[in-house]
Amino acid sequence: MRAGGEGPPVGRRVVLGMLGLGAAGVAAGPYLQRAVENVASKDPTGLSGLLPGGGGFRYYSVTGSVPDRTAADYTLTVGGLVEKPVSYTLADLQAMRQRRIVRDVQCVTGWRVPGTPFEGVLLADLLEAAGVRPEATAVGFGCFDGSYTESLTLDQARRDDVLVALRMQDRPLAHEHGGPVRLYVAPMYFYKSAKWLDSITLTSTVQPGYWEHFGYDVDAWVGRSNGRDDAPTA
Amino acid sequence: MTSTPGSDAPTGETTPRPPERGPLLRFTRAERWVHWTSSALMLVCLATAGCLYFPPLAELVGRRRLVVTVHEWCGLALPVPLLLGLGSRALRADLSRLNRFAPYDREWLRAVRRRSFRRPAGKFNAGQKLYAAWTAGAVLVMLGTGLLMWFTRLAPLVWRTGATFVHDWLAVAVAVAVAGHLYQSARDPEARRGMRTGRVDEGWAAREHPYWDAAANADRADR
Repeated sequence: MRAGGEGPPVGRRVVLGMLGLGAAGVAAGPYLQRAVENVASKDPTGLSGLLPGGGGFRYYSVTGSVPDRTAADYTLTVGGLVEKPVSYTLADLQAMRQRRIVRDVQCVTGWRVPGTPFEGVLLADLLEAAGVRPEATAVGFGCFDGSYTESLTLDQARRDDVLVALRMQDRPLAHEHGGPVRLYVAPMYFYKSAKWLDSITLTSTVQPGYWEHFGYDVDAWVGRSNGRDDAPTA
Repeated sequence: MTSTPGSDAPTGETTPRPPERGPLLRFTRAERWVHWTSSALMLVCLATAGCLYFPPLAELVGRRRLVVTVHEWCGLALPVPLLLGLGSRALRADLSRLNRFAPYDREWLRAVRRRSFRRPAGKFNAGQKLYAAWTAGAVLVMLGTGLLMWFTRLAPLVWRTGATFVHDWLAVAVAVAVAGHLYQSARDPEARRGMRTGRVDEGWAAREHPYWDAAANADRADR
């Protein structure tokens, strides 16, 4: 009883054809991806943002829900190994010297958003204001989502392209982009740029951040870490 | 696009079946088990993919690490039910039916293109055969590209970029194909009964699958 046992094996050919197309797609993917990005960057409707890899930011959160913070209830604390712990409201941060940086954003999962303006207070200025004690060698960052953490060495934190960002794309930082305040580390993969930043703590050693406990590199230079060779962003 | 009321042949659920036309065994327990576990895994893969991919869902669900882990393991497990099911003779026979294209399958495809309703089929129609083969191939490609994305040290970066590209776009295609599969099953209660209980009405089988040997021989399955 080999019903349908005759006739050409179209099913097998379709399966093999899919495997061949898949392999061809992997080989041609980088070029096709670039073509898609070219088209998407000229799309005035923004609909292409819904396409796979169609450019734009993707929302990643490690917790179930993130509370909203506004100018009314937001505070940023700078503590740990400092001379005088400081606490800032959003208005305090807005009143400080602002710096605007326009660089590409590169995510370690592959997506890249070209020429994105970030604006805010230099992290170095906040460290200076708090007075870093000599035994401090690293900076830890905490977030009001309750889970996410990040870290930098003191030298990395003092770079002039590391911001406590208040604005992105020339608008106040929206909640889904980590607003009202996020970290922005221009030369590193975007997981270093912690969203919903609410604490800065000087420490004596580098404390690996959230994703770094799951294998991501602590020193996350774009193009020189995480086994990737993307074009550097700074 | 509903048919004129009363023009459909009565289904087995609304009309008592004549005693000499009992229900026909279409799928054994093993085949149904393979189908339902595979579909559960596929739906979890699609749902978690949506939560990783679409910003509104991502913002609603969050918990990225948990969602990624569920997606990875369900994806890895997706081919397992079918591989285990290969131990079943009935399933192997159906795979061979799905694999081969008979002349009436080409006729079926032509009829679809001409929107004709004379669509001859064996146990599986040509659309079901193509869907099965395409989905099997797609699952293998998703598995391969997914592993390249999961184990980042497995391959050089350009492979991973290409794998991400294929995985993203094929995911959309798979979602469309699965939606089409669900749409077709939503339109045919008897086909759903076949996959739920394993048995179908002989009249339905003779009408929808006239070249199915079991239907042609009126080979009644006993229980």
